[in-house]
Amino acid sequence: MPERQQQGGVAPPAINFQKLSLAFNGEVLFDDFSTTIPAGSCTCLLGPSGCGKSTLLKIVSGNPNLDYDGWVSFSGGDTPGISWMAQNDLLLPWLSVLDNVLLGAKLRSETTPALRYRAEQLLSEAGLAGLGAKLPSELSGGMRQRVALLRTLMENRPVILMDEPFSALDALTRMKLQNLAARLIQGKTVLMVTHDPMEAMRLADRVLVLRGRPAHLVYSLDMDGQTPRDPEDSQVQHGYVQLVKLLMEES
Amino acid sequence: MSILRLGILATGLLLLWQLVIVATGVPKFILPGPIPVAQAIIAHWSSLQGHLLTTFIEIVLGLVIGTVLGSLCALTMFLLPLVKRWLLPVLVVSQAIPVFALAPILVLWLGYGMASKVAMAVLIIFFPVTSSLYYGMQRTEPELLELARIMGARPLAVLRWVVVPSALPAFGSGLRVATAVAPIGAVVGEWVGSSSGLGYYMLHANARMQVDVMFAALAILAVVSLTLYFVVDKLVSYILFWEQSDEHVKKTT
Repeated sequence: MPERQQQGGVAPPAINFQKLSLAFNGEVLFDDFSTTIPAGSCTCLLGPSGCGKSTLLKIVSGNPNLDYDGWVSFSGGDTPGISWMAQNDLLLPWLSVLDNVLLGAKLRSETTPALRYRAEQLLSEAGLAGLGAKLPSELSGGMRQRVALLRTLMENRPVILMDEPFSALDALTRMKLQNLAARLIQGKTVLMVTHDPMEAMRLADRVLVLRGRPAHLVYSLDMDGQTPRDPEDSQVQHGYVQLVKLLMEES
Repeated sequence: MSILRLGILATGLLLLWQLVIVATGVPKFILPGPIPVAQAIIAHWSSLQGHLLTTFIEIVLGLVIGTVLGSLCALTMFLLPLVKRWLLPVLVVSQAIPVFALAPILVLWLGYGMASKVAMAVLIIFFPVTSSLYYGMQRTEPELLELARIMGARPLAVLRWVVVPSALPAFGSGLRVATAVAPIGAVVGEWVGSSSGLGYYMLHANARMQVDVMFAALAILAVVSLTLYFVVDKLVSYILFWEQSDEHVKKTT
């Protein structure tokens, strides 16, 4: 852990949305939307499809194709380094697993032996030891998504954006990946979009539910304790039922 | 296995050829059978091989130069949108000109030697190469580009590791098409004006009513074209190494 902190450099900031307004194809997605994503913890964002969850991630990532009013700011002042993980693993089929983990460094032309070593370390931590030389096509879906997770973490950025990162996986594989992710994203500012209430209950320090057009927050829940939480945890059970009810009534 | 299939196919076609001759009784000066053609190849081999070499060099030079120029053009258009806006319409419209109609002009400008034939082949393959590479690069998964942007990637590194590899499957099909049509350019060039090459030799034989020799030159041209095609095809699938490995997916879980 100390090693990770040292490489990270900047302390993870909070993310503030202030008076955000955005229209897309004539539909008002956000109007005067404000909220704060707390620093150094995991916030899960739920809500019906098309309510603007992913758009929020895009805004944070600085997507140049979005034209919005209002501000997104970070508590540290400057825009921090951001790392992004999508539902699709986005592995490059022509690069080995190790090179895929190292993609960011490769694209910035700053690969070093130390980084290679760290990537190999991460691979064995994630149970992928010895698979570095394989091509992504030789891996199972769960393994590919694990590689994508490692690529995201390899960036070692204070802010991590995850857009339904595990939704394409079967339930068991998803659980395993959540355990791994919870361990590895500890201490970062994480904003995760998910459709899975159980995933939110297991990983989140704060759960937000977005609804309506323009979207507004209809629910916010702060969770206690270490993640990943056990599915049998009473807090998880209680929150899960509440969350499912809430999500059901809107559809 | 595929060599066996090739052998069976070739034999079948030769038999069909012979069958047509037997069935229709078409005279030898219209359609000679496989055996007279084979005899003509052997009898004229010493002169045929020189012409074969000429045509072969023309095709290969045309392919190489056309591929290099076409790729450079595609890269330039991709990197400089301003160039693309002006050049792409010109390229598309230029396809309305039948390239063969340019052959006499090319011979006039570049002479009876190889240059005009190479230029002809280059002109024919330039468009398939350029458009396949350009549109291949255009179709790079937008999410990959977004990932690269968030990673703070350098533009040239994105080109090298993301965009160009994404375009390679389309580029590979473009190259296959180019290889199939390049011999047309070379031969048409030879027909218009030359003193060497298989196309020239065909006209030469035609003027002397040596129909079997014409077919001999044609057969050799077909073999050359097919061989080139298979070599390029192998080369393309070698470059696209990750595409075949899609076959044996998920053996490790």
